Amino acid sequence: MNSFCLVMAALAQPLPWIGEHSALDPSGTASKHVASLWWAMFWTSLVVYVIVMIALGYAAFRRRTNAPADATSSERLTPAPRSVHLTVGIATGVTVLILFIVVVTDFFTARAIATPATGAVHIKIIARQWWWYAVYSGDTVPQQQLSVANEIHVPVGKPIVFTLTSRDVIHSFWVPNLNGKTDAVPGYESNAWFRADTPGVYRGQCAEFCGLEHAKMAFTIVAESEEQYNKWYQAQLAPAVPTTDSLRSQGERVFMTGTCSSCHAIRGTGAGGTLGPELTHLASQRTIAAGTLQNTPDNLARWILDAQRIKPGAAMPSQELSSRDLNVLVAYLEGLR
Amino acid sequence: MTAAMSPASRGPIDEDVQELARTWSRPPGFWGWLTTTEHKSIAKRYIITAFTFFLLGGLEAATMRLQLGRPENSVVGPDLYNQLFTMHGTTMMFLFAVPVMIAMGLYFVPLMLGTRNVAFPRLNAFGYYTYLIGGAFLYISFFCNTGPDAGWFNYVPLSGPMFSPGKRIDVWAQTITFTEIAALVGAVEIIVTTFKHRAPGMSLNRIPLFVWAMVVMSFAIIFAMPAVATDSLFLALDRSIDTHIFNPAEGGDALLWQHMFWFFGHPEVYIIFIPALGMVSSIVATFTQRQVFGYTAMVLSLIATGFISFGLWVHHMFAEPIPVLGESFFTAASTMIAIPSGVQIFCWIATVWTGRPRFQTPLLFVLGFFVVFIIGGMTGVMVASVPFDLQATDTYFVVAHLHYVLIGGGVFPLFGAFYYWFPKITGRLLSERLGRWQFWLFFVGMHVTFFPMHTLGFHGMPRRIYTYLAVTGWGPLNLVASIGAVIIFVSVVLFLVNVAKSWRGGAVAGPNPWHGDTLEWATTSPPQSYNFARIPVVVGRGGLWETPDEQPVVGGLRTDTREVLLTTLLDAEPESVHELPTDSIWPFLLALCMGITFISSIFAPWGALVGLGLGFLPALGWAWPTKPPQPERISPERAS
Repeated sequence: MNSFCLVMAALAQPLPWIGEHSALDPSGTASKHVASLWWAMFWTSLVVYVIVMIALGYAAFRRRTNAPADATSSERLTPAPRSVHLTVGIATGVTVLILFIVVVTDFFTARAIATPATGAVHIKIIARQWWWYAVYSGDTVPQQQLSVANEIHVPVGKPIVFTLTSRDVIHSFWVPNLNGKTDAVPGYESNAWFRADTPGVYRGQCAEFCGLEHAKMAFTIVAESEEQYNKWYQAQLAPAVPTTDSLRSQGERVFMTGTCSSCHAIRGTGAGGTLGPELTHLASQRTIAAGTLQNTPDNLARWILDAQRIKPGAAMPSQELSSRDLNVLVAYLEGLR
Repeated sequence: MTAAMSPASRGPIDEDVQELARTWSRPPGFWGWLTTTEHKSIAKRYIITAFTFFLLGGLEAATMRLQLGRPENSVVGPDLYNQLFTMHGTTMMFLFAVPVMIAMGLYFVPLMLGTRNVAFPRLNAFGYYTYLIGGAFLYISFFCNTGPDAGWFNYVPLSGPMFSPGKRIDVWAQTITFTEIAALVGAVEIIVTTFKHRAPGMSLNRIPLFVWAMVVMSFAIIFAMPAVATDSLFLALDRSIDTHIFNPAEGGDALLWQHMFWFFGHPEVYIIFIPALGMVSSIVATFTQRQVFGYTAMVLSLIATGFISFGLWVHHMFAEPIPVLGESFFTAASTMIAIPSGVQIFCWIATVWTGRPRFQTPLLFVLGFFVVFIIGGMTGVMVASVPFDLQATDTYFVVAHLHYVLIGGGVFPLFGAFYYWFPKITGRLLSERLGRWQFWLFFVGMHVTFFPMHTLGFHGMPRRIYTYLAVTGWGPLNLVASIGAVIIFVSVVLFLVNVAKSWRGGAVAGPNPWHGDTLEWATTSPPQSYNFARIPVVVGRGGLWETPDEQPVVGGLRTDTREVLLTTLLDAEPESVHELPTDSIWPFLLALCMGITFISSIFAPWGALVGLGLGFLPALGWAWPTKPPQPERISPERAS
């Protein structure tokens, strides 16, 4: 739109693993409306601002003086000429008119994005300190309801309706490319929706200050074709693949006998903890620790050993593991596809 | 009344003046310092204290900019960072901006009205000490690693007993109580002084715009502050005696906090902004040597701004689960408030247009105010729109917006006001050369720091994060913002140097160095303890400019007691003579006991009762009659 913003957009070009995150590069129905509203307001404001600054600058410079003020200036109390009254009156009238148009435009934009079309995918979001828990609540059969953490896949072109609530404090659900924020307030259920029009990976982040690790409470939205989405959904519904090689079996033993399984669940095994995110398909995820690290074996090992240094205050404790145990554990987790 | 007028040239008799000085001056030494009830002494301390808090809040901001200057930085950790931004917001809003505006009012309102003190001098001292104790308490706690860490807005349930154990939030809640009491005291002083203590002839339509602004601010304080005082009391109860007012698990409501907080919090912005508008009017008039255009429109705009500011609070809560129809009302109100601001800006431009501008430092800061504040005002209209706000809210776009509004609309006029009134307060002028340097550095630094934040907000950077990943791409613009913070830092240091040098060694100002129009320029610089040897009489809206040759005055006040003239509300006709109380230690002691009450109640609920018992004594001493009450004299003018 203007060169300044283009430069800034180039500077802010994110790498793929965390996803796109710009409100000015909209990929959804709602965010496109808002971006157009912004540009309309931006250009209007710019024109008004330039006019006011020219008037002020001209007023200030046209009769400026360096002479010291005189104790008896005759001009101090004389009434202003009629033309000045008229100009101020007209300027006020124009201001009122512009503001009125802005409000009406607001209302039309708000109306256009207020309610989703039918045929929506329903997702329930439960925000926690400091990660996101999502349940695909559309299917009436409980076994068909998928629950995931921090990475939410959605089909392109379909409205996605979110019901938000919080387990602890207030959080805010925000995906800049797709829609504005909606707060998740304990004791309330709030609603939000968006429709992704272009496939892509989009970054979301908690926008309401929620305590120590508010900075590291991100999530990922993956918008893909309906076909890919269905494939993903079925794969996620499946229990974890059983371990076959000995390395992974040893890793599984570390997981089950250590502290891991008291907080994390892996469907298809005995691990059933609910304090932390479920790890049944951990290896299929792009990030770990709610968007804090890219999901690579090295990062996973760092996270297990050093969670409290990477995300101080998070519920995940730093583990004391021998390097052998760590290696087999990472191998096990990396196999959870 | 004419009978009592005497030309200034004749002047008051020397013995009278000496007796006035004896009557109004405080006793020498520390005791006198502690017991004084003189509005100028108290306001000066208020200004210095508030400015000290401004510096502390600035250092907190500087530390945050240091941390955010590059991605994944580790200057401070999340625990300290959260305390820093909470302290920064709390300090700037509660300990700097509002108190400094009140302090400017307490110093200049009595002088502009031509009276000798505020309406309730002892209460005034009490207000200052309350504020000082509250502010000191917050900072002592912070240095003991007990600084509040849930944001200056302090949302529940994060700030509730479950998610914020320890004493950090209690410190915040009690600090708020202290500062609210001090603000309410200041507001009552300004309103009563303006309504009853004006110089004869200063009818409502002749009150200087600065005083009008202070009155509107005071009314806003009286309506806004009780909401947050109640809110913080509820929070203190939730935390200390297990009420569940904000606890959703027990039928409480988490959004109630936000409604009550923002019902105060939005007018709060205007409590800071409205007095600044008064300063702008004073400076524009003096430095263009031209009466401000459209007096009636200006006054009505101030009142309208104060009034509408109470209809905007939900625009801080658009992302919360609240009805859409309700939100529309607040969109309309938030847009509407731009109208009175626009009217005032047009009136000032008209004043500059028809006057002879002199580009001295105070006017530079006012021109800076226009350039900066209008940007903030425009982004303000944008965030009034619900759909746009949902993208912008809680991001760096809003950080940019609020600093453009508060620095542009508050700090720029305030720096202008310091340069403008420093000669009145100290008798000496600040250096123009350093002033220009300070202005340009501040102006440039402000834009370099805050302008890039608009873009960061669009690119997904939320507020209140202690760090960010390099792959977000937010690094370069954050670095630019941090460089801007350095420029602001240098500018503020220059200001301190200027003040330090000029306080003793600046050019001597004389009573009216800028040829200003309002009554504070009719007396010596600095003013004597009694402000005016004879009470001035006002003959028109132009103040001193109406009577350039000689200032008419009114006599008849006793010089051996602290007598002031009370005038009627509408026309300021002399009504009666009123004796103000003498200096007293009781306000200080009562503030101290109240401090003990609030602080001890943090540690044990019954502490409140102990403090209440302690406070009884100074309250009794304060109210103890020292001499038989005298009937108020009818003023000599009326009697004749």
